[in-house]
This record gives sequence, structure tokens and C-alpha cells, in this order.
Amino acid sequence: MLNYTIRRLMFTIPTLLFISFVIFLILDMAPNDPTGNLPMTIPPEVREKIRISLGLDSPMYVRYLLWCKQFFINEPLNLIGEWFNVCIGACEDRLRVRSWATRSPVVDLIAERMPQTLWVVGMSYVVSIVIALPIGVISAYKQYSWFDQVGTFVSMVGFSIPTFFTGVMLIVIFSVWVPNDSIFWLPSIYDTTHQVTDWPSFWFQMRQMVMPVMVLALYNAAQLSRFMRASMLDNLSQDYVRTARAKGLKEKTVLLVHVLRNSMIPVVTVIALSVPQVFGGAIITEQIFRVNGLGQLLIIGIQGADIPLVQTLTFVFAVLIVLFNLVADILYGLLDPRIRYD
Amino acid sequence: MTSADNTQVEAKNRSLWGDVWSQFRTHKGAMLGMIVFAIILFGVTAGPFLWKTDPQYLDIRAKNTFPMVSCFFTGSQMAQCFTDPTSIKFFDPDAEVLERIKVSWAHPIGTDQLGRDLLAQLLQGGRVSLAVGMTAMLLSLVLGTVVGVVAGYFKRLDGPLMRATDLFLALPLLPLLLVIIMLFRDTLRNAFGPETGIFLLIVFIIGITSWMQTARIVRGDVLALKEREFILAANSIGTPSNRIITRHILPNILSPIMVSATLGVATAIITESALSFLGLGFPSDFPTWGRLLFDGTTFIQQSPARVIWPGLAISLTVLSVNFIGDGLRDALDPRIRGR
Repeated sequence: MLNYTIRRLMFTIPTLLFISFVIFLILDMAPNDPTGNLPMTIPPEVREKIRISLGLDSPMYVRYLLWCKQFFINEPLNLIGEWFNVCIGACEDRLRVRSWATRSPVVDLIAERMPQTLWVVGMSYVVSIVIALPIGVISAYKQYSWFDQVGTFVSMVGFSIPTFFTGVMLIVIFSVWVPNDSIFWLPSIYDTTHQVTDWPSFWFQMRQMVMPVMVLALYNAAQLSRFMRASMLDNLSQDYVRTARAKGLKEKTVLLVHVLRNSMIPVVTVIALSVPQVFGGAIITEQIFRVNGLGQLLIIGIQGADIPLVQTLTFVFAVLIVLFNLVADILYGLLDPRIRYD
Repeated sequence: MTSADNTQVEAKNRSLWGDVWSQFRTHKGAMLGMIVFAIILFGVTAGPFLWKTDPQYLDIRAKNTFPMVSCFFTGSQMAQCFTDPTSIKFFDPDAEVLERIKVSWAHPIGTDQLGRDLLAQLLQGGRVSLAVGMTAMLLSLVLGTVVGVVAGYFKRLDGPLMRATDLFLALPLLPLLLVIIMLFRDTLRNAFGPETGIFLLIVFIIGITSWMQTARIVRGDVLALKEREFILAANSIGTPSNRIITRHILPNILSPIMVSATLGVATAIITESALSFLGLGFPSDFPTWGRLLFDGTTFIQQSPARVIWPGLAISLTVLSVNFIGDGLRDALDPRIRGR
């Protein structure tokens, strides 16, 4: 298993390098000009100087290698330096990946936005698992009962309605139609400057998190409960279930210990595999509820043609995908003794 | 034997597609989905001919008209509201005056802030959304099938093609879609005009970023088919590879292709609306469902109906297509069919 993990990890490095190159190539092929958004009154020679100061005069491969050096060597060194408060090498004038729009290091911008996204995405993930697993288990155990029929239909609906529509509908219902002073009224804009200090402010934090979290959670729960149901159904018809019942185990033990544990194997990998998807979905949710997280940062970067920011952020998303694919594969091997990679 | 007997015997003949159809009909959700999808398809193709209001016409005096549905909230005046909508007044508790509720049969589901008719826009926008969905699906289907068949059939190309598929699966697609649209929008707009340029761009990028699942499924099926006796027989009589693929392999992998086609339409429609919703799709004067929804969110306080209609249209289409896909999967699976 360890061998396999190491082999896979070795394989991720070229994959990630290649992906970063593809992203860089796409951004570079683009016929747009980072000085295009500047005022028309700037004379062409000054414009040319701005382009040179952004490093745009050097050839493509030089800029790519420079980005690689900044992202893979300088930024980690800087992070280590900051954590342990030490100075490694020339820490003062080390070149970092800088955003063109704000002139601040991209990694700092990402670190600033990360907590908001992680809170919303993480909470929604927990909520969706808590909703989906019982629904999947019950609807598989009582197959074709009314609960199963309703559950299947609802998960189909939840799976089909795009998150931007559910989000907007929740705003219409809970922020527009429900009167302002009602206990059910929820703020439609997520206030990230809000500090939790006491119970009322905690209550406010909870209320502003309800809608963004629920939008993502419902969409995930719909998918997860379908997987859970299918996986439970596969296991319920196995011979070992009959054996367990025949030797007189309680139904509860059969269902929750024998069947559930076995049917969790594919579901756990699905949970791991869809983490990057959820981060992608958060782009839209953050746009609806004005959460200033990573997704919003990406949209701002794209609109401002801020190439270093977009490049780094897209690459971070790619790292998430590759990483969680790896995690899913390894989890599968760890959980299922029938699967051996070596 | 009489001729009557003959027809009786023929009537009992069962074809593959007859079986599939009879299995499909037992799936209630799929049938309902098909009816809803047919209605939507008819609405967006024939609708603009029946409802002749120009979606771009600015009827500025009728701006922010409410949908006729709001008549249900006028209480005792409900009947009058439906027969003579312009005469209705209601008491506004905030302003403490009698106000005219702005509804009219000329705009049955209301207008936007510039007085453009929402029904006409919805019909027009549906055309674009469905056209994008179908064309992008076709593109990704062709790409996926070609990659899958080639990878499955020719052993030497299997490795590189599947590595490429894995690589595409590892790309963060939504961010990349946004980036590509943002960067190439202006060039294509200059080359093909504002509408065709964006249409081509969106169809192209949705197509080339959604073929991977089809390719994987098709490859798996081709690999299994290649070991079967009839392929061996075809090989032994010297059938060239391209004919084996077109005559023997493609017809046998039709069912997974059809299922991924239906699901592909659904994802393509959602992706297009998501792009439009983020403000990076079609321009505002060229309505699609996603664009209408995006434009409506700004006016969500005044008229929530403006986001509900396009959102409902998207959701109903995707839901019906998903149900059709579900039914098709069951109907095309020989292990389920006939039980």
C-alpha cells in the first residue's frame, strides 16, 4: 500500500506540472492585453513600459519557468519562514507571485479568502453527509415504499435544479417574502467582517450561513443519497446478509454494522472525489450570496485580466482535484480488503 | 394459411426497439419527462411564431409589469383583475395609498425594467439555451465516442488517449471555462459577430470539456466487445478495421451513447446558464435562460417573478431530460428489460 501511495505521489508531480503548463499556455495564447483596461490617455510608450514592468517582454518559457520558481520554491520557503519566524536565504527581496491588480502577493490574497470558503464549503459538506446517509439507508432498506419513492424523486429534483436557481429562490423566499422582523428572515448578503464574540453575534453568524450552506448541501445531498441507496441495495442482496440474519443477529446489527459498513466503501470514495466539484460549485454560490471567498476572488481576477492571480488560483483548484483523486484511490484500497494495488 | 393468420403472426414479432419502447413506457417519470420536454421543445420552436411580440421591443410605458399570476393575491377583486386588468387598484400599506397593480394581458408574465416582454424573451432564450445544449452535446458525444472507440480498439493508442482523458478530468473545468471565455470573447466577436461568435465559443468549450465520461464508458464497452466471437469472425474473413467499427462495434455500443447523450444535454444547459449567470455568457440583448435569470437577480426585490420564470424553465428542462435518461438507461439494459 505504501509502495503504491509513493508511486502515485511520484506520478502526481509531472501531472501537476503539465496541468500548470496547460493553464499557463491557455492564458498566454489569449489575445488580450493586461493594459487594455487602463485609461486611453496613457501614451503608447508608457503602456509599453508598463508591459515591461509586468515582465511581459520576455519569452513564454522564461515567464513560465519564473512562475514555477516563484510558486514551487519561493512561496513555500516564504511560508516556512513566516511560520517559524526565521529567515531562509534572501528572505527580504525574494520574488513572489504578485497580483497585477493589487500588487500584493497572490498567496496572501488566497490565504485571506480561504477561511470564508472553507467555512461555507466545509459546513455544507458536513450537512449534506448528515442529510444524505440516513435517507439513502432508509430508502434502500424500504425499497419501493413511499419514503423511497419520495426520496428518489426529491433527490432527482435536487440533482437537476442548478445551484444558482436554488440560491436565488431561497433569497426570494427568506429575504424578500418573509418580513424583516420575522425569526425566519435571513440575510441575503454574507457579512465576512462579522466577528463572533458572544451569543447574539454567534446567532447572527449561524443565520447568515444557513442559506449558502443549504444551497450547496442540498445539491450534494441529492447526489450522495442516490449513491448511498444504490450501494446499500447492492449489499443487501449479498449472501453474507442472509448468513447474518440466519445466525440470529438483530436486524439493527445486520443493517447498521454489516451492510452499512460495507456499503460505505464506494460512498466514501465518492465523497472524496466530489470535494473539488464542491469547490467549483462554491464559485457560483459565493457569487449569489456575496461571500468574498476564493470563487469571488477568481471572478474578480478574471474580470480584471489579472493573469498571475488567475493562473495561481486555477492551479490551486487543479491541485485539489488531483489530490482528492489520490485520496479516493488510497481510501478505496485501505477500506476494501479485496482491493490490493501491489 | 389465410392472410388473416399471417398478419396475426407478424403482429407478434418483436423488434429490439419495440421492446425498448414498451419498457420505456413503464417508467412513469421518463414518460412524464418526455411529455414535458416535448412541450418545452414545441414552445421554444413554435412559440415565437404564435406569440408575436418582439423580445427586443422596448415598451417603456409598460416597464416592470407584474405577471398575471399576481391577480390571485388581489383578494375580492380577483375576477375583475383577470377580465379587466388595467382597472385594478389595491391598498398599499407602506405608502398608505391606493395603487394600481400593474398587470396586463399584453404581457402575461410581465416585463423587465425596460419594458421588454418576458414571455417573448423566455421563448427566444429557450431556443438559444436548447440549441447550445444540443450542439454542445453532439460535439462532446462525437469527441467522446471517437476517443473511446479508438482507445478501446487500437491497443497502441489506448495508453496515450486514456492518459489524455485523465488529464482532462484533472483540469478545473469551471474556472478554465470562465478564463477561456473571458480571454477569447472579443476575438471571436470580431470574427463572427457578437451572437454567432459567442455561440460558437460556448458550444466549443462546453463540447471539448465534457467528453471524458462518454469516452471512458465507450472504451470499456469496446474492450469487452472486442473479445466476442462475432468480432473474431469478422476479423477472420478479413473485414477491415473501419468496417468492423462502423458495422459491428458502433451499433452495439449505441445504448451507453444514447444515455450519455441525454445526460449531456442536461449538463450542457446547466453549464451554459451557469456561465451566463456569472455574467460571462451571451450579451444582455441576446437572451438565454441563464442570462434572464442573471439580469433578474438585480430586481429581485421588486419583481421576484423575473428570476422564477427562467429558473423554472431551466430546472424543468433539466429535470425532464434527466428522467428521460433514467428511463432510457433502464429500457436499454437487457438485464432489466422484460422483467
